[in-house]
Amino acid sequence: MSSLRITGGTIYDPANGVDGQVGDIWIVDGQVVEPPVEADSSADRTLDASGLVVMPGGIDMHCHIAGPKVNTARKMIPDDKRTAEPVRRTRLTRSGSGGSVPSTFATGYLYAGLGYTTAMDAAVPPLAARHAHEELEDTPIIDKGFYVLMGNNHYVMKQLAADEPGRLKAYIAWLLHSTKGYTAKLVNPGGVEVWKSGGGNVSGIDDTVEHFNVTPRQIIRGVAGAVEELGLPHPVHIHCNNLGMPGNHATTMETMTSLEGHRAHLTHIQFHSYDGDPDDQSTFGSRVSELAEYVNSHDNLTVDVGQVMFGNTTSLTGDGPLGYYLHQVTGRKWFSGDTEMESGCGIVPIVYKQKSLVHALQWAIGLEWYLLVDDPWRIAMSTDHPNGSSFLAYPEIISLLMDRELRRDVLAGAPRAVSERCTLMDLDREYSLYEIAIITRAAPARMLGLSHKGHLGPGADGDVTLYSPDKDIQRMFELPRYVISRGELIVDDAQVVRDTRGRTLYVAPDYDLEAVDDIQAWFEKTYSIQFRNYPVGDHYLENPLLVPTRSVAS
Amino acid sequence: MAELFILIPGRTSRQGTTLNEGKSTEGYLEEIGTLQVAPEDMQRLELKEGDLVRVFNDVGTITVPCKASRGDELPPGMLFISYGDKSSRLMGGDTQGCGMPDSKCLDVFLEVAAG
Amino acid sequence: MSTSEASLATEGSPEIRVIEDATCTFCGCVCDDMDLTVEGNRITKAKNACGLGKAWFLNHHIEDRPEALIDGEPAGYEQAMDRAAEILLAARFPLTYGLSDTTSEAQRVAVAITDWIGGIVDTTTSVCHGPSGIAFQGVGEVTCSLGEVKNRADYVIFWGGNPAESHPRHFTKYSLMPKGEFVPNGRKDRTAVLIDVRKTKSAKAADHFLQVKPRRDFELAWALRALARGLELDSSIEETTGISLETLHEVMDGMKRAKFGVILFGMGVTMTRGKHLNSEAILALARDMNEHTRWNAKPMRGHGNVTGADNVVSWSTGFPFGVHLGSGFPRFNPGEFTASDVLARGEADAALIIASDPMSNFSQPARDHLASIPSVVLDPKLSDTARTASVAFTVSTYGINTGGTVYRMDDVPIPLRPAFESPYMSDLEILRGIESRIRQRQLAEPASDA
Repeated sequence: MSSLRITGGTIYDPANGVDGQVGDIWIVDGQVVEPPVEADSSADRTLDASGLVVMPGGIDMHCHIAGPKVNTARKMIPDDKRTAEPVRRTRLTRSGSGGSVPSTFATGYLYAGLGYTTAMDAAVPPLAARHAHEELEDTPIIDKGFYVLMGNNHYVMKQLAADEPGRLKAYIAWLLHSTKGYTAKLVNPGGVEVWKSGGGNVSGIDDTVEHFNVTPRQIIRGVAGAVEELGLPHPVHIHCNNLGMPGNHATTMETMTSLEGHRAHLTHIQFHSYDGDPDDQSTFGSRVSELAEYVNSHDNLTVDVGQVMFGNTTSLTGDGPLGYYLHQVTGRKWFSGDTEMESGCGIVPIVYKQKSLVHALQWAIGLEWYLLVDDPWRIAMSTDHPNGSSFLAYPEIISLLMDRELRRDVLAGAPRAVSERCTLMDLDREYSLYEIAIITRAAPARMLGLSHKGHLGPGADGDVTLYSPDKDIQRMFELPRYVISRGELIVDDAQVVRDTRGRTLYVAPDYDLEAVDDIQAWFEKTYSIQFRNYPVGDHYLENPLLVPTRSVAS
Repeated sequence: MAELFILIPGRTSRQGTTLNEGKSTEGYLEEIGTLQVAPEDMQRLELKEGDLVRVFNDVGTITVPCKASRGDELPPGMLFISYGDKSSRLMGGDTQGCGMPDSKCLDVFLEVAAG
Repeated sequence: MSTSEASLATEGSPEIRVIEDATCTFCGCVCDDMDLTVEGNRITKAKNACGLGKAWFLNHHIEDRPEALIDGEPAGYEQAMDRAAEILLAARFPLTYGLSDTTSEAQRVAVAITDWIGGIVDTTTSVCHGPSGIAFQGVGEVTCSLGEVKNRADYVIFWGGNPAESHPRHFTKYSLMPKGEFVPNGRKDRTAVLIDVRKTKSAKAADHFLQVKPRRDFELAWALRALARGLELDSSIEETTGISLETLHEVMDGMKRAKFGVILFGMGVTMTRGKHLNSEAILALARDMNEHTRWNAKPMRGHGNVTGADNVVSWSTGFPFGVHLGSGFPRFNPGEFTASDVLARGEADAALIIASDPMSNFSQPARDHLASIPSVVLDPKLSDTARTASVAFTVSTYGINTGGTVYRMDDVPIPLRPAFESPYMSDLEILRGIESRIRQRQLAEPASDA
């Protein structure tokens, strides 16, 4: 039994209502416990946290850090790495490369260095699940997992067209078992299949996907309902159709209403909140107000922002046609990778410029979301790393949320029209540390259904980040004084002092075994590998953590 | 009189199968050690199957038996040999800064070997 | 049907087993539908395997050889691992090379060792599709998994390769014959074009054969790019490329009318004049064609797990091959840090060669230098490279004796199902042993003040 006592810190633990109270935290064998009753109890180790701000470890619930798409991006951008800060080997830690898409070891160390102890990859094609797990096994320190692409899956579409909700539900559960993934991810549902089969895209949620005769609306509703019935800890995770298009606010609103009360998480919502005419970029504007109002009044929905920040980054998405569109618009090198029966992928290097009206509006729209959603428990911070920016931008985003003058300074350097097309200039709200702790820790944990994360009460994982308070909020959050993962000191004064391996979070909902025959028959007719070689064996996860599901009566 | 040809080293199924049997087996050594010459060139140079020829360039030199290629597989002026130790002797170390040596379409001279 | 991993099927007497759904790793097709009949410790039948696969399965026996050789003398594993760690720790510019015929699990440890000792890691990619990797870094790539080719492709171009001899099941399993969801009549729904300097066996499988002039693949690819853009070409293109303007127009018309096309290209493109510029032209051509209809390009990868090597080195370091770790962080530069160069220029002062035989196929200056430096070699067979090694480990064969993961030419990760056990250690076990010795020594030294 090894125990750690963190003493005298100023604690922000919103899940337990602790707002800046000085106190102690006791961690035994990697878990937070009730402080001992005896006043003179001592722990094996004591960390003096007086004067330090104490929060649960950060949670990034939507990033791209593992799998074929991410690795292809790494390979594709050696130019990006020439100007990136190298990640040097130390006595205890591996070397790596940083930049827009860091290598796996670097990813773990960089997240830990930022005080993040959990990160979930947003989009893995089931056929490559094994690959994602191998990469996650080479990603140190953080707890991790991934969402499984299903929105353009042929079997899913077939069952929807045939009105077979039972088969759909069984398949989704079977697929999560086979991949050891965390939830169903929809990326441009139906649209990627249109791209794969002939170029093009869907333009709205009621377009019919040829050959399969389903609409994105059916996919969204069907999968949302199935996931809810399966009682997965995190609901269906949706990247709406028409990402990035002026005027796409309508598609986003339609997507939200199409759910008809089913739980769902809409991701990188910033990219889906635009006013304007798709054929005229100059009409670009913000429609966050009405979308945020809808989110405010419909508690079946949660969102993460997908904040754009200025600078070079990489667009890296399961949205194949979006990749082609960005290539056509920017002229830059472009990767597209279609996976049989399942999904697509697009990668294009991009740069967001403060002087560009569209980019500056995207930046402002992200911030509008944080400031217009009333309840911080419903909104999580993200940059859709690396699409909007690197996760390393989180400290800067925090400073912008906490200081309206900083926001206005940036607006001053952007085209004037930005302020006419969105409300950011007039938004006075400033986040408190408590609220920051919610959107970067407590809320993501709750959205993910992880009762042992995102807080510091008894039973929580011993993941703790300690910051030195600083008037410069960005600096404060960039350089945590200490980072503790499962009760072990991992980062001490900006140095990674221990190299550990976290746990892989996955679900394994029950399903009807009889449904597998039909799945197998379809698989054997269409795929290019053997059915038996598809599921990921247990040995790919060195430290698995099965997160329970609650089965719900249909 | 040595003549200029273009040499293509490449994989063959026989090279692949004998490779598994072992790189010191007769089958493998024969496969990677036999030069294929277009039938028109065999005739013109008065070569019969099994005759030794010397193939050389500024990198190295090999002496190997030759045989006619199948049908019209090789155009005149082109030679083929299964990829392996022999072909590698004609491949230089210079990769022009890209990591890949000149491995196919090599300029070589061919002359009938004495004896 | 059980939801857990299926156990080995058994039939007949206890000495004879059948392993179903086994994976062949001889070429980049990575066929995982092998049914292996195993009698004792020999594979006697490999159902569904092509000639190369059969040769692979039927010729990897347990040989009666020592665990290791140190300077040519038999030695045990422990002693050999000690010596190997010593050699690698003493080196100032060690090269780790090969990796294409072993599992990703072993590849990861090889990269780890190279990181700890500050060496260069390069894989057989640099002498295979490295140029295509370089090209991809310039223009990107539009590609797909082989199941997409099987289900959708109605126009298939083979360029600079001879799949009939190098990837014998490719036509039947993926690219020409299969009846797919959107190509229900299989071969009849497809047009096949072969582009090569020689009229190989593969020409029989194609509808059109374009005999390109040697060293003119670059010009041919750009000619097609021009036609894809609707530009006019001079008839002198025939003199340059060997292909008439009329034929080029015919091919381009076919390409534009296709629903889903794919260019599968090989060493004829990467190994000849132009190298990465040839690959770049082909990748750009496939990319450009997406203005008209769906097109893809795929390099035909040679070895069973060279794609895995690319992936492992990339996720570990950020770069796919030719990676220098000596400065304490990854640096990438083909030509500077690639094995052919580092050996031919006499720069490496030690080598760790895994699952590859550069002594039998590198340039002479590279081979001469490799023979002159201490090397640690892992190979199931006593290859030329193992013969010249300071420490040569006899290892078990991946996919036959040991399990693990391999990546098919289209990046699909596939598990191995070994057929029979081997008394020899696997690459993974040896490398782990070497790594732990290196780490023990490094961590025993007092921490420097730097």
